[in-house]
Amino acid sequence: MKRGEVKLLAEGKRIDGRKPEEMRNVEIKVDVISRSDGSAEVAFGRTRVLASVYGPRTLYPKYLQEHETGILRCRYSMAPFSVDERKSPAPDRRSIELSKVIRLALEPAIFLEDFPKTVVDVYLEVIEADGSTRVTGINASSLALALAGIPMRDLVCACSVGKIDNTLILDLNGKEDNYSEVDMAFAMMPGKGKITLLQMDGLVTKEELKKLIEMAKSACEKIYEMQKNALREKYKVSE
Amino acid sequence: MNEKERPIVLPGEFLCQREGKKIGDNVYEEDGKVFSKVIGIPKITDSEVSVIALSGKYMPKVGDRVIGTIIGVEVAGWFVDINSPYVAFLPLGEAVEEFVDTSRVDISKYYDVNEVIFCRILKVAKNKIIQVTMHDLQAKKLVGGVIVKITPSKVPRVIGKGGSMINLIKNKTNCEILVGQNGVIWIKGKDKSKAIEAILLIEKESHIIGLTEKVEKMLSEEK
Repeated sequence: MKRGEVKLLAEGKRIDGRKPEEMRNVEIKVDVISRSDGSAEVAFGRTRVLASVYGPRTLYPKYLQEHETGILRCRYSMAPFSVDERKSPAPDRRSIELSKVIRLALEPAIFLEDFPKTVVDVYLEVIEADGSTRVTGINASSLALALAGIPMRDLVCACSVGKIDNTLILDLNGKEDNYSEVDMAFAMMPGKGKITLLQMDGLVTKEELKKLIEMAKSACEKIYEMQKNALREKYKVSE
Repeated sequence: MNEKERPIVLPGEFLCQREGKKIGDNVYEEDGKVFSKVIGIPKITDSEVSVIALSGKYMPKVGDRVIGTIIGVEVAGWFVDINSPYVAFLPLGEAVEEFVDTSRVDISKYYDVNEVIFCRILKVAKNKIIQVTMHDLQAKKLVGGVIVKITPSKVPRVIGKGGSMINLIKNKTNCEILVGQNGVIWIKGKDKSKAIEAILLIEKESHIIGLTEKVEKMLSEEK
């Protein structure tokens, strides 16, 4: 099938019945892996990502250590059963690239200079993939980092936006991801109003791009509230 | 705000205007405003702003008394694991009073690998090279007992105001307990399982008010 052959938008509704600017159901669980320093599970509809954080810990081999600052390592990997056709568990070109993209989206938020010579490891495991896995991964790792007590400027929130049939849409699912005209991953620190990731595929006009960014920003604000609620919930004492 | 709980701040949350206040732990300043770096309990006074973190690794500070495990014996000193991303060094001169001729003596007779010590942090260099010393009134080798690890930021809650919490546990369980600032707790005594239980309870519910009463109730109930 080529792009545009699937009917993605009919009578103002998308294939899963959502309106163009509607997000999927978001589910956030914190502290799901007890042996990690911090962990979180975030689900956007059927996309489900598990993030765990270890560190700061001493970095070996020693020649990788930075004297002035710590370093951040991310590993994004998709479980073999996460997609329709079995995915080889070995890191492929896409996983390696996404690991780097996620690291670059998180790095501006972390005070790495507070712990020189060490490393913070973020492991992301995609349990179920249905579009927008990288942004779901960023949301999960931001929560996991906060729970691990890593000093941060702000939480990082992310979402995806795109365009189908000349309509701008929010939070793409798997099908939309494959056949959309435009697909943009977006991450920001809502408290500071700073964008940490902006990646796009396809062609848009200047006005459309501005509108896409506005849409993504308002969605990130919503996700920010959800993240904060999830963290506050953890420290509530049930009496 | 619920009365039973202390207010909690999250990373990036606005705390107050700086207005000449000192920047304490776990906070940062941006355009005259002070924000939190971590999830924790804020402490804002007229002179200082800081946040007590609810999780995180131990970062060594000069003067802290910590419990460490010897992980390596060198020619003139020992490497000590202090439950931190950084390994500390205990020089021979800071450990032994008498003169030791390193060319003749095997210094593992003083401290050997896997032995546990209570020591003081002597020096933290900018690049996190850490030295510890045994030249301290409380410093000693810890023989026997068990070790419990908790989140280092919760150590003040385990000790309590003026040592109220730790004395309570000591009296109720008749255990010998030593608390290191690095979150390592050494317990020796017959009733140590109860003491461990109490400490784990404090770690789990460290952010509620009236914790001392709750622990006292728990320790009295089980008699």
